[in-house]
Amino acid sequence: MTQPFRLATGGRIARGREIGFRFDGRTYAGYAGDTLASALLANGVHLVGRSFKYHRPRGILSAGSEEPNALVTVDRGGGRIAPNLRATQIELYEGLTATSQNRFPSLGFDLGAAAGWFGPLLSAGFYYKTFLWPASFWARLYEPAIRAAAGLGKAPKQADPDRYVHQYTHCEVLVIGAGPAGIAAALAAASTGVRVMLCDEQSELGGSLLTETGAVINGKPASEWLADALTSLESRVTLLPRTTAFGWYPDNMIGLVERLTDHVGIPDPNLPRERLWQVRARAVILATGAIERPLVFPHNDRPGIMLAGAARSFVNRWGVAPGRTVAIATADDSAYAAALDMHRAGVTIAAILDQRRKPGPIAEVARMAGMIVQADARVEATSGGKRLSAIGVSTGRGTIECDTLLMSGGWTPSVHLFSQSRGKLRFDAAIGAFLPGEPAARVRCAGACDGVFGLAACLESGYAAGETHTPRTFSVSGAPDTAPSAPPEPAAPHPRAFVDFQNDVTTKDLSIATQEGFRSIEHVKRYTTSGMATDQGKTSNINALATIAALTGRSMPEVGLTIFRPPYTPVTFGALAGTARGALFDPVRHAPLHDWATAHGAVFEDVGTWKRARYFPRPGETMRDAVSRECLAVRNACGIFDASTLGKIEVVGPDAAAFLNRMYVNDIASLPVGRCRYGLLLGEDGFVRDDGVIARIAEDRFHVTTTTGGAASVLHMMEDYLQTEFFDLRAWLTSTTEHWATIALQGPFSRSILERLMDGTDLSTMPHMSVRECHVAGVPARLFRVSFTGEAGFEIAVPASQAQAVWDALLAAGSPTPYGTEAMHVLRAEKGFIIVGQETDGTAIPADLGFGAIGRNKPDFVGKRSLTRPDMLRNDRRQLVGLLTEDPKMVLQEGAQVQILPSWSGATMTVGQQSLGHIASAYWSATLGRSIALAMVSHGRQRIGETMLVPMPHATIRAAVVAPVFFDPNNTRLHTHRHSPVNGAIPPAAGAVPTTTRLNVRAPATATAAIGLALGVLLGSVPNRAVRARDRAALWLGPDEWLAIAPASDPDLRARATAAAHGASVVDVSDAFETIEVAGAQAAWWINGFCALDLAPHTFPVGMCTRTLFGKVEIILWRTATTVFHIETGRSYAPYVRACLDEAARQPTAEKGTAHPD
Amino acid sequence: MLLIACPWCGPRPENEFHYGGEAGIARPPDPSAVDDAAWADFLYMRSNPKGRHKERWRHQFGCGRFFNATRDTVTDRISGTAKP
Ligand SMILES: [Zn+2]
Repeated sequence: MTQPFRLATGGRIARGREIGFRFDGRTYAGYAGDTLASALLANGVHLVGRSFKYHRPRGILSAGSEEPNALVTVDRGGGRIAPNLRATQIELYEGLTATSQNRFPSLGFDLGAAAGWFGPLLSAGFYYKTFLWPASFWARLYEPAIRAAAGLGKAPKQADPDRYVHQYTHCEVLVIGAGPAGIAAALAAASTGVRVMLCDEQSELGGSLLTETGAVINGKPASEWLADALTSLESRVTLLPRTTAFGWYPDNMIGLVERLTDHVGIPDPNLPRERLWQVRARAVILATGAIERPLVFPHNDRPGIMLAGAARSFVNRWGVAPGRTVAIATADDSAYAAALDMHRAGVTIAAILDQRRKPGPIAEVARMAGMIVQADARVEATSGGKRLSAIGVSTGRGTIECDTLLMSGGWTPSVHLFSQSRGKLRFDAAIGAFLPGEPAARVRCAGACDGVFGLAACLESGYAAGETHTPRTFSVSGAPDTAPSAPPEPAAPHPRAFVDFQNDVTTKDLSIATQEGFRSIEHVKRYTTSGMATDQGKTSNINALATIAALTGRSMPEVGLTIFRPPYTPVTFGALAGTARGALFDPVRHAPLHDWATAHGAVFEDVGTWKRARYFPRPGETMRDAVSRECLAVRNACGIFDASTLGKIEVVGPDAAAFLNRMYVNDIASLPVGRCRYGLLLGEDGFVRDDGVIARIAEDRFHVTTTTGGAASVLHMMEDYLQTEFFDLRAWLTSTTEHWATIALQGPFSRSILERLMDGTDLSTMPHMSVRECHVAGVPARLFRVSFTGEAGFEIAVPASQAQAVWDALLAAGSPTPYGTEAMHVLRAEKGFIIVGQETDGTAIPADLGFGAIGRNKPDFVGKRSLTRPDMLRNDRRQLVGLLTEDPKMVLQEGAQVQILPSWSGATMTVGQQSLGHIASAYWSATLGRSIALAMVSHGRQRIGETMLVPMPHATIRAAVVAPVFFDPNNTRLHTHRHSPVNGAIPPAAGAVPTTTRLNVRAPATATAAIGLALGVLLGSVPNRAVRARDRAALWLGPDEWLAIAPASDPDLRARATAAAHGASVVDVSDAFETIEVAGAQAAWWINGFCALDLAPHTFPVGMCTRTLFGKVEIILWRTATTVFHIETGRSYAPYVRACLDEAARQPTAEKGTAHPD
Repeated sequence: MLLIACPWCGPRPENEFHYGGEAGIARPPDPSAVDDAAWADFLYMRSNPKGRHKERWRHQFGCGRFFNATRDTVTDRISGTAKP
């Protein structure tokens, strides 16, 4: 296949590897090393897109990421569709399929181009002016029409099948931009022996060196010097091509996106498509270069009009001539280099039109080469349909026929990241652009982005920024050494002189905005949308600024720049989400009996991140059938329920009772050992935060339960008070949520069944709301006589590893009916027991729930003072009541409003439109054979006996207000025990044998020695260090907290340590954790996929341990050897942690020397 | 992501920390002796300054300790941290 515009020689393309690709359905050929843009140009294709508003034909403007026009959609099949990709960045591979955007029906013939006919309608502010009225037209007519006509590529409808990963990393020096300045900076920084990373958005490292084919550096051709430099860097520096530094975040954290597979036809399935790096860099060197500015003249947007520097790259780097007959319009010396290189390549240069009265000396070089150079000459018109055909020159100098026009309005240093780092910018009048000024972070700038131009100067500034004490000079020849000029004086506003190509903003639009009084650059930007497209105005901002300055008679620094914000170029949602999608979006926590529930057909519901069994349908049963059967089983026989997800906190210490007494509304100080009490926890504002059961295990030890969702926040709140308010109290907290599995056995048979598993222990002496430590089915247990159902019942807490064995034994001993959370909800609602978060919504106080008398005689507890604030005493507060519908079959909707009945005064009816409350819970009660509801209603208790209205979608329902206890108001059921007729063979409990003892130790410094002696391992005082002694270890977790890990072969360890812990806390958490060992050379790299710590051996040495965050869960991380990490994770989080690590282990590393593929 | 210097553990990434509001708001030792207005002040009124702000943080996914930090609310820079 022919590539008519491919030059005979030159370029970094592999001419031996022809590549076929498709654009808009047509097949073309290019070479390996091409971008889609260079390959299209090689085939003479300039028309690549239609503009955003006016659907004007547009061509390729640039050769890099600043491209505003050549946006295409690449479809790799199977839902792998990426819209709005810049053709200048898409690397060619065999079979690449790209299509143009924003055209209908085709790129060549576009109906939307008609928009050009009523162009004035779409000028600045058209959104605000044209469509103000009527509002409904906006939603139905204008917006859909505008969205259809104006726009970018279409978002794919299918799920993205590609994988994306995240990686945290740390380095001393991150160099952004691998042009000459960046390469020199990396060389200098690497020579100091620190961790250096070098990234560049392009496929090849080298930046302008890839275009400066004639340059000679220190006696070597530029390409050879570059290759040698990269070879020297490869073994010492993490080299990241195809990696865009898109954002600067606080404390030198830089976001990078590395594109790993988009350039490959058939990617390695183990490679993620993109990797988002979060790099914490001690210092950042910005070597981000500069972007050439277009010239602004009427119809400056026709295909064939291109930036001069881009054209030079197409000729030198890709061996492509942008056209046959090329004119050049410039206000800057750099365009002459393009002219000279094209001339050498055999392209006809029709003329060089220099806007300046006095072009630089390089103009003479062009003249000597035989080119026509006109000074003080502007382009005033262009013609041509889908391709430029001629230009009109100012001051009557006629028309020049040409198929290509190159332009240069000077260069704008890329200060985006410097500005994002909050560094101050300073205006440099000589180049007419802003440069880095006072930095606000550890950042150094080098090369063109710092206003340094010329190859030798760039290399030297880069080397100096790399911070070595030996400055280096570079001898350079064969490269242009011109300083850029300021932007030319703007011409009169014209409705087709484009400033912002991507958003179709013209100088006329800017003048409308200033005429209408907009002065602030931020306002003009928003009113005209200049600089607001996906290219963020990379090629347009300075031209817009110069135009506004001229229009308003101000200087450019007076007008100022708009703020730079991330991302530098668009970032895919996939990269931002990383692995946090699908199964890894959130941890999915399974309770210890989850597998049994799954095997027995449970239907699960999400409660926080837990999966809980909602009900256990039998064949043919509906949900109501199953829930009704489960409820009746509890009321009439016995039910068994997995309550393990309830939060549990062990509160230990001489002042534990005093502490809980201050925290909870209820009187805990007087609670005898062996008894339990309901506990209501308020915030200091008096509103109910949580509730649970507080059991006194020993004088100085309490087992406190919280709601499932409140476990973490209650622990946090208690720590807050202990550390910062009640620090006079000696009490310590340990989460035991995951250590204990809790099995509820509820119903009249419960005692009879349980006694069979306790060697005939007589439980009749165990009163309601009591606790004892005992053995159930041979397993050490905490047995609670408590009831959330209203029936006589027990909750049995056993170590999680033993849960299944005890559950099996209970089933064998009396066939209790498994029930789920739905039956639990119904049973408790029948008794009027609240659920925090269901009856309460963060604005309920105890009195609203009927608990007004609790704690009244206590002098203080958290939240008590707030209960006498005026609003808390109002008599119209919403109070908990029951509602019984007149139609007993009607189940109300939770969340429905409650209103009063219409009332008559003479002939006037008042309808109670105001909501007086809402339905908090509503169920079908099989026990009562009717529906029940709990509601929070204003003046609720006074309204008992009244009828109220509940509007529902299909009818308004009448319901009677009743007391919120529907069943057994005298609590006789709590003491109703019956003998279970079933008496199966009881298997011996055979739980998993625990392999590790884990003890959470919380102790003041005075107690650590004695406890350490008992444990056989010292409790170290060095933060974040583990102490090992023989087969055991003590991990420092906090200044008063350690995790002791020992083999299970020492069963009395806990007792010995507890006895030694005078005034301190030792809590068995053996079953709360699982251990995951990560070993291998890549171990730290894998963990850093999810953990933001610096795991280099010198910052996280062997023996270091800490709690930290891994993905979305807490872990304890301990480095036991250079390449071995020991992770302790909550048992329900272990599958998530393992899955994350598996995901991390699938991707190859990009550490030193392993990057830079091809 | 800020880098926050825990007084016990040293510099750590922000995602290990939990923000704890303005520092130095002590719970009155005898709340019952405080009138409604003063109690409402304690509960709800905060200085919300533009500039230096003394605030509480907890090294939640670390050593678990609460500590005080001085943060500039304009620049989001933490100038110092200290044990309480
Ligand atoms: Zn810490």
